[in-house]
Amino acid sequence: MVTVSAKIRESSASLVPEAELIACPQCDALYHAVPPRPGERALCTRCHTVLIQPRKGAGLRVIALAVSVMILMLGATFFPFLQVRVAGLHNASSVFDAALAFVDGPMVALSVAVAALIVLIPVLRAFLVVYVLAPVVFDRSPWPGAIAAFRLSETLKPWSMAEIFVIGVAVALVKISDLARVDYGPAFWMFAALVVVITIQDGYMCRWSIWKSLDKEARK
Amino acid sequence: MPLVDLEIIGQGSPQVSDQPVVTARSRGLVACTRCTRVWPMGQDFCSRCGSALVSRHTRSLQRVWAWWAMGLICYVPANIYPMLRTRTLFMTDESTIIGGAVEIARHGSFGVAAIILIASVLIPVGKFIAIAYLALSLRRKVSMSSHARHKLYEVVEFIGRWSMIDVFVVAILSSLVQLSAVASINPGPAAITFALSVIFTMLAALSFDPRMIWDNPEESHP
Ligand SMILES: [Zn+2]
Ligand SMILES: [Zn+2]
Repeated sequence: MVTVSAKIRESSASLVPEAELIACPQCDALYHAVPPRPGERALCTRCHTVLIQPRKGAGLRVIALAVSVMILMLGATFFPFLQVRVAGLHNASSVFDAALAFVDGPMVALSVAVAALIVLIPVLRAFLVVYVLAPVVFDRSPWPGAIAAFRLSETLKPWSMAEIFVIGVAVALVKISDLARVDYGPAFWMFAALVVVITIQDGYMCRWSIWKSLDKEARK
Repeated sequence: MPLVDLEIIGQGSPQVSDQPVVTARSRGLVACTRCTRVWPMGQDFCSRCGSALVSRHTRSLQRVWAWWAMGLICYVPANIYPMLRTRTLFMTDESTIIGGAVEIARHGSFGVAAIILIASVLIPVGKFIAIAYLALSLRRKVSMSSHARHKLYEVVEFIGRWSMIDVFVVAILSSLVQLSAVASINPGPAAITFALSVIFTMLAALSFDPRMIWDNPEESHP
């Protein structure tokens, strides 16, 4: 199954134009960037960071998935997420309510942070990816600011925490199970689907290919 | 020395290879860590993606230590003050992170208690130790290989975000359980210091330049 081709190349770095070199961001190892066939991955031989992973038709799929992320998030944010019943009383809460849970008193900053981590940043990243990829997929020149947009999307990646929020929900349900009865609302399932879609979308994105397609010099 | 080929794999896992590689730095090039393009040493910004170019973030260690210290300072009150205030008709209960986990375990949900303890105690404490170790290992000789230290860095970077679970639990419970006099749950002061602690340690890990782990060739290739 594994086809490793770690032969030492006779080409020397000085003969390869800089534009065709690639350096591992994790360990600085330098390679001649030879794109693998679609479905294969090119790894750094030293630290095994994935450097190139082209997929067939990835662009369109990533756009479609990012658009579904935006739609699902819209629903997941405002529909009731969970409902709780205690002694005849009942309360429904949306993701939006959860984000605003800290809004009283000195905890406003925390509310803003939670809203950003679970709603705003995932949606913003989806929007930025569509903005960056839409023209590229249809062979147009990138829209203005596409480079800054993709850079921002990449910077925000560790701060997109939708999947962590879902685990938090599971823990919260156990925590109050002896205090109250809890029912799932439609938004819960939307949010769970959204996490799956984000994960798939991430698997289709080849950063190297995207940066290359945004390269002004290479497009001339 | 000639360049080594990229390792191309279809399915399956990569093999461990220990052949020496050529670094961008040794060729007088500076790599863009954002888009992986290389430029001549001395260029300040990547002409492709606009990121700042630095061959090694040597001064980044100060930033790592600063975020690390702030994270640690916030982590202490996060464990002392209550995370949740639960009010029911019969009682008012304030629980800290560890107290809350013990409470859940007493009800028999050992799995969930374990998740909270791992996410809120084991991961943060492990992260403080790991980041400190990695930062110190750049200055002195350590027994751990570059490969192992890089693995440790990847684990720290991947797993650190998951500490946010408990903050989200507090957010969910506080918004959901608001049933006037019958039962209400409100966040305690530890929620904010714990969230800050997670954010600061994430920034510490992100400030760390993993390329420095590999810079000592006689350590990684004995
Ligand atoms: Zn590498
Ligand atoms: Zn760049």
